[in-house]
Amino acid sequence: MIRIRQLTKRYGDNAVLRGVDLDAAPGEFVVVLGESGAGKSTLLRCVNRLAVADGGELEVGGMDAVRCMDTRALRQRVAMIFQHHNVVPRLSALKNVLTGRLGAVSTLASVMHFFSRADIELAHECLGRVGLAHKAHERTDSLSGGQMQRVGIARALAQQPRLILADEPVASLDPQTSRKVLQYLHDASRDLGITVLCNLHQVDYAREFADRIVGLSQGRVVFDGAPQAMGQDDIDRIYMPQPAFQMKGAAGPIAPSMPLMAGTGK
Amino acid sequence: MKHPSTPYTWTGPRPEGRRGWFNLLVGACILGWALQWSADGAQLSWSELAAGLPQIVDFLSRTLPPDMHILSRLVAPALETVQIAVWGTLLGVLPAIPLSFLAARNLQSNRWVYQGTRQALNVVRSINELILALVFVSAVGLGPFPGVLALALHGAGMLGKFFADAIEEIDQGPLEALRATGARPLQVIVFGVLPQVLTAWIAVVLYRFEVNLRSATVLGMVGAGGLGFELVSSLKLFRYPETATCIIIITVMVIVADTLSSQLRHRIQRSGRH
Repeated sequence: MIRIRQLTKRYGDNAVLRGVDLDAAPGEFVVVLGESGAGKSTLLRCVNRLAVADGGELEVGGMDAVRCMDTRALRQRVAMIFQHHNVVPRLSALKNVLTGRLGAVSTLASVMHFFSRADIELAHECLGRVGLAHKAHERTDSLSGGQMQRVGIARALAQQPRLILADEPVASLDPQTSRKVLQYLHDASRDLGITVLCNLHQVDYAREFADRIVGLSQGRVVFDGAPQAMGQDDIDRIYMPQPAFQMKGAAGPIAPSMPLMAGTGK
Repeated sequence: MKHPSTPYTWTGPRPEGRRGWFNLLVGACILGWALQWSADGAQLSWSELAAGLPQIVDFLSRTLPPDMHILSRLVAPALETVQIAVWGTLLGVLPAIPLSFLAARNLQSNRWVYQGTRQALNVVRSINELILALVFVSAVGLGPFPGVLALALHGAGMLGKFFADAIEEIDQGPLEALRATGARPLQVIVFGVLPQVLTAWIAVVLYRFEVNLRSATVLGMVGAGGLGFELVSSLKLFRYPETATCIIIITVMVIVADTLSSQLRHRIQRSGRH
């Protein structure tokens, strides 16, 4: 489904991606771990061309995302979930989910707010999948943060994508809501056969939900394997302290909390 | 514990060191000179004002009480003023909307288009409505229609700028999310931009309507219809009580429009949050 070889990307002087290799099979739930600044977001944004990679190969479902001419066709197949949900506040939850269909429907009909019955039923179904069917006609800004994030997931599902890119979807949520949100994402991916590439900060969520974990550090892949195969030294490599810039306590949020990892997979 | 005899200390901004005090002194002198120079040019004279007070009183006595007999004659022009304001606003809104998309920096990537549109809007805004009305009167003749056109053109400039400013202040996140679904630019505008700017846009359109109502009353001075014509005729015929009546009617209309539009804006604000 995804084939990435030696992907590079720099912002000015800063080389964010320095040759990333990554594969993902259809239906796989891949979690990307790494420190802030390791290149996780940039990697995801290159996949749906919100950012343009400088070099390397990036194939998504057979489409070349680096040299791609038809961005819209690519983005129709690839849905994104954002850290700050990015829903449109004034619209209802249902309308927000319907915006997931915009890439696939006629421009003229949609800007007049005409959507086909099939699309509306799909939107309702997606809201049902994230447990928000009863909130369909409420204004989205009246929902809680976790609910807004679930609307974002429903919007991604409504796109009927082959791939979902989730950029730190639970970073602003409390642990209980985070778990619920990740569960919805995981179940949807399982049921619908959608590949998921998910950036996370929390190593324990990665262990719990991922089929495979990819560790990114300083723009390179330093770990790629099943959660059970990830040991403490792998985690250390991912959250490797950088000699010159390491500030006390500023390493990845989970890396110093050894008690969580105690007794698992060393 | 109370310390009744503690002296007070100035905690406001203080110039630092010798240089600071010197700059302050120089600044104060320049300011004083500039004010004096402006007062001379504007020929300010308090003594003249004081001497003229009796004339003001005299004028007021000739104006009041207002002549209510002409009320029936003023109804039609007053209604005409409202009609001019309505269409002047509407015809201003229509071109302002597409222009605002071109003049909003976060939507318009081409710098030339952005700057060009912004400056064009500024030019249109700077020309006084009375001048515009004169131009249109010479084009389409006397009557309310040139008034409508003048208000529409001037309004398009002002609304275009305000609409664009509102667009520049919206949250970019939802727009990025919409682009990521493969939505086309027009769809991004309808579903991402419009819902976010709607409240601000409606508020400024209502404000513009009030402004147009007031402007429409004076456009009559150049023959462009409305109450302004009655106002100026009564002045020229020295029938000041009639002038007073006109002014009262204008005031009442503006008050009504203001009340209605605050109610409307309040409603929209409230339906805007939960």
